[in-house]
Amino acid sequence: MDIKHSTFKGGIHPSYQKELTKNKVLRPVSPPETVVIPMSLHIGAPCNPMVKKGDLVKVGQRIGEPNGFVSVPIHASVSGEVISVEPRLHPNGQKVMSVVIKNDMQETISEEVKAKGDIDSLSPQEIKDIIFNAGIVGLGGATFPTHVKLSPPPDKKIDFVVLNGAECEPYLTTDDHLMNEYPEKVVHGLQAMLKVLGINKGFIGIEDNKPEAIEAISKAITDNDQIEIYSLHTKYPQGSEKQLITAVTGREVPSGALPMDAGVVVSNVGTAAAISDAIKTGMPLVERIVTVTGSAVKDPQVLTAKIGTMVRDLIEECGGFSEQPEKVINGGPMMGIAQFSIDIPVIKATSGILCLNKKDAYVKEPSLCIRCGKCVEVCPVNLMPLYISEHSLKGDYDKCKSLHAMDCVECGSCSYICPAKRTLVSSIRVAKREIVANSRKGK
Amino acid sequence: MNEQFLTVSSSPHIRASHSTGSIMRDVLIALTPAFIAGVVFFGINAAILTIVCVLASVATEALIQKFLLKREVTINDWSAVVTGVLLAFNLPVSAPLWMAVIGSVFAIAIVKQCFGGIGQNFINPALAARAFLLASWPTRMTSAAFAVDAATTATPLALIKGGGEAAGGALPSYMDLFMGNVGGCIGEVSAIALLIGGIYLIMRNVISWRIPVIYIGTVAIFTLVFGQDPIYHVLAGGLLLGAFFMATDYASSPVTPKAQIIYALGCGILTGVIRLWGGYPEGVSYSILIMNVAAPLIERFTMPKIYGEVKDNA
Ligand code: SF4
Ligand code: SF4
Repeated sequence: MDIKHSTFKGGIHPSYQKELTKNKVLRPVSPPETVVIPMSLHIGAPCNPMVKKGDLVKVGQRIGEPNGFVSVPIHASVSGEVISVEPRLHPNGQKVMSVVIKNDMQETISEEVKAKGDIDSLSPQEIKDIIFNAGIVGLGGATFPTHVKLSPPPDKKIDFVVLNGAECEPYLTTDDHLMNEYPEKVVHGLQAMLKVLGINKGFIGIEDNKPEAIEAISKAITDNDQIEIYSLHTKYPQGSEKQLITAVTGREVPSGALPMDAGVVVSNVGTAAAISDAIKTGMPLVERIVTVTGSAVKDPQVLTAKIGTMVRDLIEECGGFSEQPEKVINGGPMMGIAQFSIDIPVIKATSGILCLNKKDAYVKEPSLCIRCGKCVEVCPVNLMPLYISEHSLKGDYDKCKSLHAMDCVECGSCSYICPAKRTLVSSIRVAKREIVANSRKGK
Repeated sequence: MNEQFLTVSSSPHIRASHSTGSIMRDVLIALTPAFIAGVVFFGINAAILTIVCVLASVATEALIQKFLLKREVTINDWSAVVTGVLLAFNLPVSAPLWMAVIGSVFAIAIVKQCFGGIGQNFINPALAARAFLLASWPTRMTSAAFAVDAATTATPLALIKGGGEAAGGALPSYMDLFMGNVGGCIGEVSAIALLIGGIYLIMRNVISWRIPVIYIGTVAIFTLVFGQDPIYHVLAGGLLLGAFFMATDYASSPVTPKAQIIYALGCGILTGVIRLWGGYPEGVSYSILIMNVAAPLIERFTMPKIYGEVKDNA
C-alpha cells in the first residue's frame, strides 16, 4: 500500500504526552450503577424524553425523540429502570433535561437492535436512515449529526470523504486505540459513507506519530482501491477540519464556507466505526472510547464507556486522583472545556477526560505583547492574532472583522505559543461573538 | 481529594514553556560572545561601559514604571538589560560614562516608555539613543576607538571610504575582521562572535532567519554590483550586529513574513547606499531606523492572504 505524506502551514508542536495511555489496553469500564443521559448529545435542538420515571428500558432502546432536521434520536445505554427524568449538570456547564437509568446489570438488548445487512444490498437512503436512527453524530467533538453531513444540497457536488484520524490533541489516544483495535470498522464505515454520497474516493488521514494505526488501517484497505491513507506530519492542529482537507486533497475551503463547498465531507474515524456497528449489529451509538489521563490521575486508561457513565466513575476506574486536581477538562488540552465538577456524564462528544495537577495547569499572568510575531507564524489560517486581539480588547469589532476574525478556527495555537501568555483566542472568540450579534441586528 | 476547587478557564489549557523573560535571556546569551570579544579587544573599559548602560537602563525603567506611570515594575522581563547591552555595543569604547548614562535614559524613557513600554516603541531604543548621542556629541561618538594593537585609528569602513592606505591606515586583513582585531564600536568588531550569537538566536527560534539573512545578503550583492569588496562590507562595521540583533528587534520590525522580507531588503539597500554615497562610512543604524519607521506601512500593504480567502467582489 502506498502511503502519502502531507501537512499544512503553521501550527505548533506541544508536548504530546500520549505515552501516558498509548500502550494501555483498551477495555470497558465496569458497568455503572446508574447512567445519566442528557437529552442534548448533539449540536442542534435537544431531544424530547420518551420515557418517564418507572419505565423499564433495554440497551439500544430509543429514549429521546429528535427535534427537527439537525437532530438525532437518543438511546438507552444500559438496561434497567428509569429512576428520574430531570435536569442534570451537562459538560456544557448548564443543567439539561436528562434520563437517569438504574442499571439492572442484565444488558438486555432491545428488540429494535438487529443487523441491517450489508452495504451492497442497502440503498443509500437506507444507509442514511440507519445512521440517523442510530443517533450517530461527529465523534471528534463537534457532535454534528452525521446524516445531515451526508445530505448535501443537490447543487453541491461532493468528490471525497476524508476521515479524520489525525488526533492532534495532545494527551488523547482515543482514535489511536480505535484504529488499532477496529481498523475494519473504520474502513467499513467509510465505505458506507461513500455509498450514501454515491462517490468512490475516500481518504483516511493519520498523524505519523501513530505508526501502528497507519499499519493497521493500511492492512484493512489492501484490497480496496477506493480508499487511500495519508500519513500526516505530527503537528497541531493537523486534525482541524480545514487544515486536514488541504493536507489531504490540496483544496482550500473558501473563507466563510463549509467543507462541502470544497467538495469534501470530513468525518471522524470514530464516527465511521459507529456507522459500521449500526449497520452490522444494529446497535445505535450508546458507548464511546474515552481517554482518561493527565498528571492528576493515578493510572491513566483508555476506556470504552456507556454514554451517561459519570466522569467520577471513570476517574475511579483509573484508581482515582493521584493528587489534588487543578483542572478537569472534557476533551483535550488545546480545545477542551474545563469543568467545575466531575459529576457530569460522558456524552457523545467526550473524547477524553484530562485531569491536570497544579503544575501542569499553571499559566502565567499575561503581560504586554512584545510583537514577537510567533502567533502570526503559527496561525494555520494565516491570521494576525495579535492585532485581532488588540482591537477586540478595545471593542473595535469592525476592525476585527476586517482582519478576518470570523475565519479563526479557535485552535488555540496562538495563545499556546505567545511568550507574553496573552489570552489571544479568548479575545478573538469575544470578537467573533460580537460580530455575529451585530450582523444579526442587521448592522 | 477535594474537587470543589477546580479551576475553570478557557482553552487552551497548556502553554509553551518560553516567556518574554526567557526570550530576552536568550538574546543576552547570544550577545555574550560579542561581549567577550569586545572586552578582549578593547579592554576592561568595554565591560565597565556595558555595565553602566545596563544599570542605567534598568534603573530608568524601574523608576519610571514605579513613580511616573505607577504601574507594575517589569524589569524582571530582562528587556531593559537587553536595551542597555545593545546601546553599549553601539558606543565606541572611548565614550565617557556620562554619555552612556544619558543614552540609556534616552533609550528607555523617551523611546520605550513614552510610547507605552515593551512592544510599543516603533523604533529601536538602542539605535535611537545612538543616533541621539551622535547628533549631540558627534566628535566623542566617532572619535577613534582603539583596537588592542592600536594598528589603526579609524574603523575599517572609514578606511575604505577614505581610499584605503592613503587615508593613513592599513586595511585590516579578513582574518582580523573576522576575529575582531579592528577598530569600531564595542559590540561590532568580532564577526565570528556575532555569527555565533546570531545562529544561536535562529536555532532557539527567537528570531527567524529572514531579516538577518536577507539584510546581509542584500548588502553583499549591492556592494558587489557597485564594484566593492562584499566580504569587507559584510564583516566590517555594524552590519552583523545590526542584522542579527538590531533589525530583528520585535517591537520595531514587522511581524509578518512577507513584510519582514521587504523590510530587510530595504535595510540592505539603504545601508549600501549610505555606505557608498552617503556622508557616513557606516550606514547600518540609520538604515534600520528609517526602516523601523516604514515597518507599519510595509505591514499594512502586505497583509497575508488568509486560508481560503476569496476575492472581494464588493
Ligand atoms: S505571540 Fe504574543 S507577544 Fe508575540 S506577537 Fe503574538 S501576541 Fe504579541
Ligand atoms: S487566530 Fe484562531 S486560528 Fe489562528 S492560531 Fe489563533 S485560535 Fe488558531
